[in-house]
Order: sequence, then structure tokens, then C-alpha cells
Amino acid sequence: MQFGITNVIFLVLLGVTGFVAFKKYASLIRNIRLGKDLNRNDRLGDRLNVLLRVALGQSKMVVRPVAGIFHIFVYVGFIIINAELLEIIVDGVFGTHRAFSFLGPVYTILINSFEILAVLVILGCLVFLARRNVVKLKRLNMKELVGWPRNDANIILITEVCLMSAFLIMNSADWYLSTQVSKFPVVVKEFGLEHYAHSGVSENAFLLSPWISGWMPGINYIVYIERFCWWFHIIGICGFIMYLPYSKHLHILFSFPNVFYSNLEPKGKFNNLESITNEVKAVFDPSFTPPADAVPGKFGAKDVSDLTWKQLLDSYTCTECGRCTSVCPANTTGKLLSPRKIMMATRDRLEEVGRGLDTQGPDFKDEKSLLHDYITPEELWACTSCNGCTEACPVNIDPLSIIIDLRRYLVMEESAPPSELATVFANMENNGAPWQFSPADRLNWANEN
Amino acid sequence: MSELKVKTMADCLANGETPEILFWVGCAGSFDDRAKKITKAIVKILNKVEMSFAVLGTEESCTGDPAKRAGHEFLFQMQAMNNITVMNGYGVQKIVTGCPHCFNTLKNEYPALGGNYEVIHHTQLIQQLINQGKLKVEGGNFKGKKITFHDPCYLGRANNEYEAPREVIAKLDAELVEMKRSKANGYCCGAGGAQMFKEAEHGDKEVNIERSEEALALEPAIIAAGCPFCNTMMTDGVKHFEKEESVKVYDVAELIAQAADL
Ligand code: SF4
Ligand code: SF4
Repeated sequence: MQFGITNVIFLVLLGVTGFVAFKKYASLIRNIRLGKDLNRNDRLGDRLNVLLRVALGQSKMVVRPVAGIFHIFVYVGFIIINAELLEIIVDGVFGTHRAFSFLGPVYTILINSFEILAVLVILGCLVFLARRNVVKLKRLNMKELVGWPRNDANIILITEVCLMSAFLIMNSADWYLSTQVSKFPVVVKEFGLEHYAHSGVSENAFLLSPWISGWMPGINYIVYIERFCWWFHIIGICGFIMYLPYSKHLHILFSFPNVFYSNLEPKGKFNNLESITNEVKAVFDPSFTPPADAVPGKFGAKDVSDLTWKQLLDSYTCTECGRCTSVCPANTTGKLLSPRKIMMATRDRLEEVGRGLDTQGPDFKDEKSLLHDYITPEELWACTSCNGCTEACPVNIDPLSIIIDLRRYLVMEESAPPSELATVFANMENNGAPWQFSPADRLNWANEN
Repeated sequence: MSELKVKTMADCLANGETPEILFWVGCAGSFDDRAKKITKAIVKILNKVEMSFAVLGTEESCTGDPAKRAGHEFLFQMQAMNNITVMNGYGVQKIVTGCPHCFNTLKNEYPALGGNYEVIHHTQLIQQLINQGKLKVEGGNFKGKKITFHDPCYLGRANNEYEAPREVIAKLDAELVEMKRSKANGYCCGAGGAQMFKEAEHGDKEVNIERSEEALALEPAIIAAGCPFCNTMMTDGVKHFEKEESVKVYDVAELIAQAADL
């Protein structure tokens, strides 16, 4: 064990990452809390069940087998290889070398599975890059992805390829040093490599390392390769943690709570606005007084703070995969609506409000709103409320609920439904049917031939 | 054609009868000429099995589904409260309906407003009647014919009922062929969310044309539906492709009523 300047640098790196990440994640959580209350702490068993199936089990990912299988590689690889991160941190902090190698055969199995998974992750990322940039899959090349969303996706995929490559090369170089270095006593002395020789890894422990290290330049350089990759890997991971909150890849963290707090009710069941129930009750019974704690509030949603925290969490969780949009009947017939864009717009607006609060304090207000500035009525009115999007979303996001809340604002606050719907409403009020028929004729069918 | 036997809840009350089930006809089923045929097919089935049922008749009003989906929550709740007052007044316990939109609204959105009923869709009722041996169906002229079923969003995805209509169709000894987009992956007919009542937004195709094209590609003899709005949309789509001579659009209830020679 050696403790020196590198360990200090390492600790500073961890500290900075922790601080920056803490601040940014705290602001994300603050933003989500701008949303309205919604109780999703019921039915714990069902929630754990959906978490297990949909988030951990990836059950909705595999509905599309190619993306599903490669995603599982990347997902499992990412989770498991991060166990290796623990060792890197221990080594980095305490100046140890392969701190966990005392685990013996278990360690061998672990590292071997890491190596294989790293290869699978690289493969997965390459396939995903190809689908985006070479095959140009339609749902990954639509207009709402132009610019940052597309770069974001590519940056992260390339970063993952680099990180995994660094991990593999680091491990291979290290294997070489720990098992072969004793054959070069002069070099050991010259470069101070003694500690590598005692890492406790046996010569034929790993499957891939010997093979990869065979490609490396002479022994004199391998130690630099090993150190470089070690630092590259850990700096990369720190960078990744700081980058995540700006990226659609936030889903690797948020999809778990998001799925846990899924809507467990039948998809067709929309909430009944309570403020309206009070009004309607008062119409039916003039002596009715609404409960004291009833908040009048506005009807429907105009801006992000009128949505619930879950709808806002949804927006941060959206991976922009476009599975929703590719099944949306409105979108697939060329209409302006894209449920993915609804989610992206909600997040963009929420971020904008969050920045405003950061710079101008809690009284921040601007001239903009989610409705109109980010999402137009034309998009909203194209929705058939078919629930195709909510069914397709691999992380149980509900774009339809936002669409309906915005429509509610359009209709009840702005009185701006499309003209045909205004007629339908009038008919329903006057005749109890969307068409202009007399209620007295409702039973005519029974006597007609 | 045998005479339809239809009573209203008011008739029943006057005679001191309590019908087993309320048949919720819905606006389309009451007023739309094509949908009225579906309504009658359901009544024929109910009559055939001698089920005690009643309708609300002139006391029925729109469930409020189009208002709700279009965002007019106030109008929806007014409709709902009206209907709930009427139904609770008659002590309604159980409802069957031929419209998935009514089904969804009555089943899922009325309880929070004080309307608690057991609600089933007519395809579920038919399935039960067949399984209980109360209704016997043989394929008749549907035997071996190619039928494809279009899942209504508000029966399927919205309420997870995919099997009842398929099981019923299977009793016809027909060849049930599935579209690529079916069950949870089904594709909307384009009428939901109050779209039925307005022009579609600007696009490059109508949803019902897209869906009918998909159905017609299977070269079925019949496109089966379980929703009056889907029925209209698919019928229009079939006409658009000038296939109305060779491909018929029928509700599951109509298929059963015809097969059972009612
Ligand atoms: S519910 Fe609306 S947004 Fe979602 S898929 Fe259907 S039409 Fe598209
Ligand atoms: S809402 Fe879901 S399906 Fe749609 S893009 Fe986002 S993650 Fe994908």
C-alpha cells in the first residue's frame, strides 16, 4: 500500500464530482417538486412487482427484440461492471492494488464476467450507434431529435465504448504486469513495479486479458497503458455522473423510481378533477359547501407547475427512444403530435423554469408557458387518447395525462376547443348526446325495423 | 324477424320488477343508424337467453366520455352526476354496454363520483353466456371464413380485455387472423378522444385509412369490431378502398346473432 500525491488527486476528483453532482441532482429534485401533489405511496406490493418486472426485468424493452437484447447487455454490463468501480475507488483512496483479489476464485469469476460483459456492452453500443447513424431508424431520426438530443445520444454511446475499452485494456495490462512482470527483473526495478507482482492474480485466471495484452507494446510501456486506462476509466465515470443530469441518459437512475410510481389504474381511467366535483355538487345541491381544505386552483394545466410531480418525473425519465411516437396513430399519419416531443417539451420548459428560479429567486415569472410556447393546440387536438404511447413506453411514462391536462386548460380556462367540439359540447348540454337529436328519440331504435 | 322485447327501467319499476342487468345503449347505439343494428343484435341475444334486462330509454344521457377526453371535465361530471342520480334511483347493480367508451367511463370514472356498478362489455357477456351453455352458437355461414378482429382501444389497452371477443369469434369455427398490430399493440381506428366528432388535424393520411389498409391486407371476409365508432371508421375505410362488396364490417354481437339465426 502506498499513499501519495495521486491518492490526494483522486480524493479531490471524487470530492468535486460529489459536490457538482449533489448540486445538480438537488436542483432536479427541486424542479420535480414544483409539481402538484399526487399520492403514489399506495399498493406497495403492486409497485414492487412492477419495479421488478418493468425496471429490473426490462419486460417492456424486449417487446422490440433487437433493441431489447442489446439494451439488456448494456444494462446488465453497466450495473455489474460498476461493482468493479468499488475496487477502483478502494484502490484509489488507499493506494492498494486489486484490493478485492483476496476473494480468490470468486474474484476470478467476477473479473471474467466483467470482461465478457464489457465486450457485450461495446457490441451493444456499436449496434445502437449504427441504428442511429448508419441504418437511420426512423424513430431515432425524427425532427424533434435534431441538435442536442442526437448529439447527446451519440456522446453517451461513444463515451460508453471508450469507458468499456479502457476498462478492458486496463485489466489486461494489469494482468500482464501482475503475472508476467517477474520475468523481467530489470524492468521491475527500473519502473518500480514491485507491487504489481503481488496482486494475487494467477496466470491463467482470465479469459480475455492474456489475449488483449498480446496486442500491447513492450513491457516498458504497459505500465503507462495500465495507469492511463485506470485514470481514464475513473475520470470518465466521474464525468459521466456529472453529465447525466443534463442528458436523456438520466433514465439509468430515474427509471427505477419512475416505474415504481407508475400509474397502476386501468389506462382508460382518467382522474376526476376534484375542484370540479365540488362545483358540480354545488350545482346539484345548492346547500353543498365544499370541504374547507379544497383548493380552487385553475382547471387543467397551462405550465409545468400545474402538472403533478409524477408528470415532471416522467419528463426527466424520458429516454427519447420514440417508441411512443412510432406507435402513435396521430404521428404515424403525419400529424404534428409526437408524444415523445410532449415529454421533451415538458422537460425543456421545466429546466427553463428551474434556471429562472436559480437566477431570479423564488418569485421568478416569465411570459412563457408550456402550453402555446412549447406545445401547440394543434398537437394536442390530434390525440385520439388511444394509450398506444403509454403501452409502448418501456419506463411507464404517461404522455397522455399531460395532453389531457393541457386540453382541460384550453377548454375550461381559455374556452378554445375546436369549433366542432364546441358544438358537441353544446349538444351534450342540451340533448344529452354529442349529436343534435332529441332525448325523446333515444328509444326509437326499439320500434324501428 | 322476431319482435324485440325491450323494457325500460321505468316500466320495470311500475311493474315492481327488478331487472338483473341494465343495458346501457349509449349515444351511438341509440341514434346512429349503423350502430342501432348492433344494439338490436345485442337485444336479440339477451332475448334469446331470456335474460332479465332493461334500458333507461329516454332517461339515458351521454356518459360524458367525449367531453372528458376533450378536456371538458365540468361537462363530463355534470353528465356523470345526472346519470348516476338516475341509476342509483333505480338501484342499478350491474350494467352491460355495447360501447367500449361507455364501458370504460361507467366502470372506471363513475365510482369516484358515487356510481358503483359492475360493468361488463357485451363481448364479455356473450362469452359468459356461451361458456355457461346458455347460448349455443355454431359457425353457420361463417364457418371457415377469414375474420380479423380490430381491438377497440377502450376495451383492449384501456381495460385489458383482449380475449373475450376473440373467444366469441372462435365459436364461429371461423379462421381468426391477426393483424400485425393487435391486442396491446393494437392501432386506433382514429375515432377515440372525441376525434369522431371533428375533422382530423392536418396530416398525410387518415388514421382509419391506415388501419383499414392493414386489415384489408389480410384479405379477410369480415372485419370484426366491438365498438360502434370503430365500426363506422372501419366501414368508411373499406369503402375508401372500394372493398365493401367483398369485405363486411360486423360487430361481434352481430356475428353471433346471425350465426345463432336470431
Ligand atoms: S394516446 Fe395520443 S399521444 Fe398517445 S399514442 Fe394515442 S394518439 Fe398518440
Ligand atoms: S415517453 Fe417513453 S416511449 Fe416515449 S420517448 Fe420517452 S421513454 Fe421512449
